[in-house]
Amino acid sequence: MAVEVKIPTILRTYTGGAKTVPGDGANLSALLDDLDARYAGLKGRLITEDGSLHRFVNVYVNDEDVRFTGSLDTALSDGDSVTILPAVAGGS
Amino acid sequence: MARYGSLLEAVGGTPLVGLPRLSPRWEDGERAVRLWAKLEDRNPTGSIKDRAAAMMIAAAEADGRLTPGCTILEPTSGNTGISMAMVAKLKGYGMVCVMPENTSEERRQLLEMFGARIISSPAAGGSNQAVAMAKKLAADNPDWVMLYQYGNPANAQAHYEGTGPEILADLPTVTHFVAGLGTTGTLMGTGRFLREKVPGIQIVAAEPRYGDLVYGLRNIDEGFVPELYDDSVLTTRFSVTSYDALRRTRDLVEQEGIFAGISSGAILHAALGVAEKADKAGERADVVFIIADGGWKYLSTGAYAGSLQQAAERLEHQLWA
Repeated sequence: MAVEVKIPTILRTYTGGAKTVPGDGANLSALLDDLDARYAGLKGRLITEDGSLHRFVNVYVNDEDVRFTGSLDTALSDGDSVTILPAVAGGS
Repeated sequence: MARYGSLLEAVGGTPLVGLPRLSPRWEDGERAVRLWAKLEDRNPTGSIKDRAAAMMIAAAEADGRLTPGCTILEPTSGNTGISMAMVAKLKGYGMVCVMPENTSEERRQLLEMFGARIISSPAAGGSNQAVAMAKKLAADNPDWVMLYQYGNPANAQAHYEGTGPEILADLPTVTHFVAGLGTTGTLMGTGRFLREKVPGIQIVAAEPRYGDLVYGLRNIDEGFVPELYDDSVLTTRFSVTSYDALRRTRDLVEQEGIFAGISSGAILHAALGVAEKADKAGERADVVFIIADGGWKYLSTGAYAGSLQQAAERLEHQLWA
C-alpha cells in the first residue's frame, strides 16, 4: 500500500526537511509505524500516550479528516494521499 | 418582508437558490441530486458574519457585559470585524480588531471606513497569534470587551435560531448541509438545529488548507481548536486546497453567475464531493451550502485574474477565508 505523506513544516526536522515522503501500511496506524521506523520520533509527535491522535494534529486521507473515517484504523489503498497538518484558528 | 426599521433588522432572511448547471442531477423525484446555495453575501455588510456579530453584541448587552461607551475587541481576519464594526457604529460602541497583516487590503480599508481601529499581528503567526494577542490585550485593558467569536455560544446560537430554520423552511427535503469550518459557529448552530429536525441529515465541514507559511507554528502544542467546536455535530470534514477552492470559485461565477469569495469555492468543492458520492450511490440528495461572502474583497489577491495555477500560487500564503 504505497501512499504519499505530506509533512507540515514543523515536523520536517524528522524527515530531513522533506515535504513529502513515501509510506506503507494497510491502515493509518500501520503507516505511522512504518514512518517511525525511518523517521524516529515522528509518531510520538502525532499520537498521545493513550494511543489517540494529538488534539492539535489533523490527519487527512484524500482530503477527508480521519477522525470521521475510523481515526487510526482508517484503511489505506495504493496511491492514497495522506496529509498531516497542525490545527490552526480559522474563521474570519 | 422587505421593509425594515433599521439595517440591524435586515440581518438574515437570505435567499436559497438552485444551481441547475453545477448540480449532478437537476430534476425532481427520487434520483434528484441538487445543489442549493444560501446567499449570505446578501447580509447588510456582505457576509454571513453579520448574523453572529449582531447576536453576540445583543447577548453581551443583555447580560450586562456591554454598556454604553464600551469598546469591543476581537481577533478577526476581516468579516467578523466588519460586521461588528457596523453594529458597533449603529449602537455607539468603539471597535478594535486584531488582524494578521497578510489579509486583503480591501478588508483593512472597509474596517477603517466603518471606524474600527486595527492592531496588526505578524503574518507568520497566522490567526493563532491574532487570537493570542487579542486575549492579552483584553487582559491588559479591562474596559475593552472581547466577544470572542471562537468561544461565544451566541455565535452558534445565531445559526441555530436563524440559518437553520430558514433552510428547513425553504427546503424541507434537505439531506446535506455544507459550510466552512473556521470559528465553527455556522456548522455547530445550523448543524444542531437540522440534526434535531431532519433524520439522517449530513453535516459537512470544508476547512481551508493554506501554504506552509500560514501555518506559522513553532510546535504542535501551539495549535488551536475553537472552544465552540464539537465534532459530534459533524458527519465529516474535508480539507480543501487553495487550488480547489479557487477552481470552484471560478466555476460558481462562470456557470451559475455567482460572484463569491474564495472560502465559498472551498465549500462548493466539498458540496460537490458529497453530491457526486450520493449520485454514484443512486441516492436522492438536496445539498445546501453556504456562500459566505461575495468576491469583492478578494479582487486585490488576483484570485479572479490570469491562469488558475498562477492565481492559486499567489493565494497560497494569504488568509482567504
